[in-house]
Amino acid sequence: MVEVKLLGAWGSPFSRRVEMALKLKGVEYEYLEEDLNNKSPLLLKYNPIHKKVPVLVHNGKPIAESLIIIEYIDEVWEGPSILPQDPYERAMARFWVKFLDEKCMPAMWKAFWSTGEEREKNKDEAIEHLKFLESEIKGKKFFGGDTIGLVDLAANFIAYWFRIISELVGVELITDDKFPNLSKWADEYINSSFVKENLPDKDKITAFFNARIRAPDETKYFPKA
Amino acid sequence: MADEVILLDFYCSMFGMRVRIALAEKGIEYEYKEEENLLDNKSSLLLEMNPVHKKIPVLIHNGKPVCESLIIVQYIDEVWKDNNSPILLPSDPYKRAQARFWADFVDKKLYDAGRRIWKEKGEEQEATKKDLIETLKLLEGELGDEPYFGGDNFGFLDVALIAYYSWFHAYETCGNFSIEEHCPKLIAWAKRCMEKESVSKSLADPNKVYDFVLILKKKYGVE
Repeated sequence: MVEVKLLGAWGSPFSRRVEMALKLKGVEYEYLEEDLNNKSPLLLKYNPIHKKVPVLVHNGKPIAESLIIIEYIDEVWEGPSILPQDPYERAMARFWVKFLDEKCMPAMWKAFWSTGEEREKNKDEAIEHLKFLESEIKGKKFFGGDTIGLVDLAANFIAYWFRIISELVGVELITDDKFPNLSKWADEYINSSFVKENLPDKDKITAFFNARIRAPDETKYFPKA
Repeated sequence: MADEVILLDFYCSMFGMRVRIALAEKGIEYEYKEEENLLDNKSSLLLEMNPVHKKIPVLIHNGKPVCESLIIVQYIDEVWKDNNSPILLPSDPYKRAQARFWADFVDKKLYDAGRRIWKEKGEEQEATKKDLIETLKLLEGELGDEPYFGGDNFGFLDVALIAYYSWFHAYETCGNFSIEEHCPKLIAWAKRCMEKESVSKSLADPNKVYDFVLILKKKYGVE
């Protein structure tokens, strides 16, 4: 008997990455929505170290951290490969997802939520990082080549969540003229039928971030600026 | 065709040490290139091979660069797997995920606390010391009664963590405390790892690491 559970949060891009990976492999799973302002005993039991979602529980054994979970899913289940087969290409995929999470995401986040001179500085930093992604996607439909791969799944926040925030706070980072390849990739990604069905509702996300704009000190699941 | 392997590194870097250990475990011949002036004047080779982060270590394999220490270690493990050398990552996918999780934890928590400890003083430093000890205790818990994090064999997580051992003396001296007092099992594990030539030859001399920390303190204006 195979039992797969996913502890997630509807609005979290990290959670959605894992759902996307499970769906790519055709894995049946039970989804458990976590209220991150009131974490369940189950979450605290399965991820005592970080107390965060997503957590995949496979036959009772938990795995945390979205990128680690995705590698696990790729290794355990048959179906389309999420990571490349070639060791050098795999190393490059791992490099880019680390860059996305450790550099791009925090820099863009800070650019959105800071003000004045700080904001300009943060914007410059974010743009420097995005230039590397722009080069990387050039000439390719997806970061994974012809099909969606690990880097595409990881970059989901750029294609969807951050586009919404960008419009709401009025900070444009990925413009068509400065980042034509990245813009094209983002359109391609969110409009691909598989992804489209697995994104959180735009109105709900918009409402969530509007609430943050109105009450910035009540940060909820996303990292502080 | 013979493989050409070059490692761009810096003697005191715990990240570089990880790669040195992995290369030694696999018996791979390589050319070691020290970034002599890492802090003030990075070499053009480094800037060319790691334009994104401009950091060491960088493994250059037949002209192609691989960056980020844990990514390099996994690459080494995947490429050099048929030469009767030890395999560093567990073969079981769940154990592999756990090894990756804890290695990620080490870099998120231990690195951060280690960085702060030589910069801070007084109450701030006391809080950081507490963090550092808690982090090491969690790792000690994960080790349990096994000889290595990899179980019977020295593995990926052992490689990831043992490199920090060369920095313990610097942390202890700056923070005026003893890690062994709080985490004796972890220190026993570290000494066990040091019995391996791949580790003892790859780790920097803790006194040299402390000297380097003094240089850093001066550079950052910390008394």
